[in-house]
Amino acid sequence: MTTERRHHDMGGLDAGPVHRSEHKFEPWENKTDAIVRLLSQPKRGPMMRIDELRRGIEEMGPGVYDELTYYERWIASIANILLEKGVINVDELGRKIEEVKARHVPASGSAKPAEG
Amino acid sequence: MAYAVGDTVQVRYATPPGHVRTPYYCRGRAGTVERVCGRFHNPEELAYGRTGETLLTLYRVRFRQRDLWPDYSGPETDTVEIELYEHWLEPPR
Amino acid sequence: MSHDHSHPHDHHHDHGHDHPHRHPNQPDLEDLPPTYYQAMADAVAELLIEKNVFSGGELRETIEYMQGRNPDLGAKLTVRAWTDPDFKKRLTTNAKEAAAEIGIDTGPAPLLVMENTPDVHNVIVCTLCSCYPVFLLGKSPDWYKSREYRSRMVREPRAVLAEFGTEIDPSREVRVHDSTADMRYMILPMRPDGTDGMTEEELAALVTRDSLIGVIEVAGPAAG
Repeated sequence: MTTERRHHDMGGLDAGPVHRSEHKFEPWENKTDAIVRLLSQPKRGPMMRIDELRRGIEEMGPGVYDELTYYERWIASIANILLEKGVINVDELGRKIEEVKARHVPASGSAKPAEG
Repeated sequence: MAYAVGDTVQVRYATPPGHVRTPYYCRGRAGTVERVCGRFHNPEELAYGRTGETLLTLYRVRFRQRDLWPDYSGPETDTVEIELYEHWLEPPR
Repeated sequence: MSHDHSHPHDHHHDHGHDHPHRHPNQPDLEDLPPTYYQAMADAVAELLIEKNVFSGGELRETIEYMQGRNPDLGAKLTVRAWTDPDFKKRLTTNAKEAAAEIGIDTGPAPLLVMENTPDVHNVIVCTLCSCYPVFLLGKSPDWYKSREYRSRMVREPRAVLAEFGTEIDPSREVRVHDSTADMRYMILPMRPDGTDGMTEEELAALVTRDSLIGVIEVAGPAAG
């Protein structure tokens, strides 16, 4: 493939059979979806346009684009755009991610029975 | 330039590195205007945080599969319809 | 991709309580620490709430609103169009207004409803990203966003349709709609034979999400 054709622009390329896969969306995926809808509302500016979100995803390049899942691409692009615009800064995002991780309590040993 | 339903148009061939909504596979190909969708903000500007406020007319263009893919194996009546902004279209050469 | 496809917890859904359903790519959510991107999503949401970009209530309401968007809405429009020719005309010429007549919000983007006929079979794809009528059908299935579907639907639609079990007679045009810009699409499937006496509820039960995307046709009751 030539570099003239961008990675996300895939109409007409050869590919294998369509796997009719689906999954139930996780809470963080629903949250990411809602963040995009809220940020793109006219009453908020819009603070982020859908085209900015797409541009951010396209600029990830082939490796990352294929490695991340759909909503992983979304949240990565949202974070970058909010950083570029100065809505959030690198330091507070880094601290907040650690804060979120630290809240996790492993369920092993809890009273909740394991399913399955 | 404005086009009407039924006009033959050709998609401009260009390969800019930025954000565009014109699929690569239809660039340089000719089709027929199926409908005029109205005027919309320019996504090539919106993508970079600008207003995109010079509105563009958006067209739906119908392509024959045989014109997109010379080796198309299905019936010659099969088609693809694509939304394209006015600055990507030009009169057929 | 690091997902564990051999996870054993997929087949024991216990429908009597609140645990989220699992799917084969997801180990138990509550047992594992959040992934980097899951943590990023929570972190971004919390920072935006702290900065009053939106409130926690607005975030919850938006999540709930979008979870309420599902193919039942598309099925309702379809059945109304099958049973009311004037409505069908309005739906295929001005979908937003027609949907509003029966209380359905088609979302911020203009909607085009493409009618399947004995001459034309329509199907939707987005080759550039994954534009989809979320306000009528809910979030799109994974396969719709896959490289395979996005790459091949515009070039070999009949082969892809066949993978969904759909054979379109060569006398019918297959018309692929590449959703590249500001329009969103829903396919209005053909009403199957043998459904004359059916109620609207019975008809709605025949209409599946995939038939509204255009990858399958609506099967009649006998074929069900």
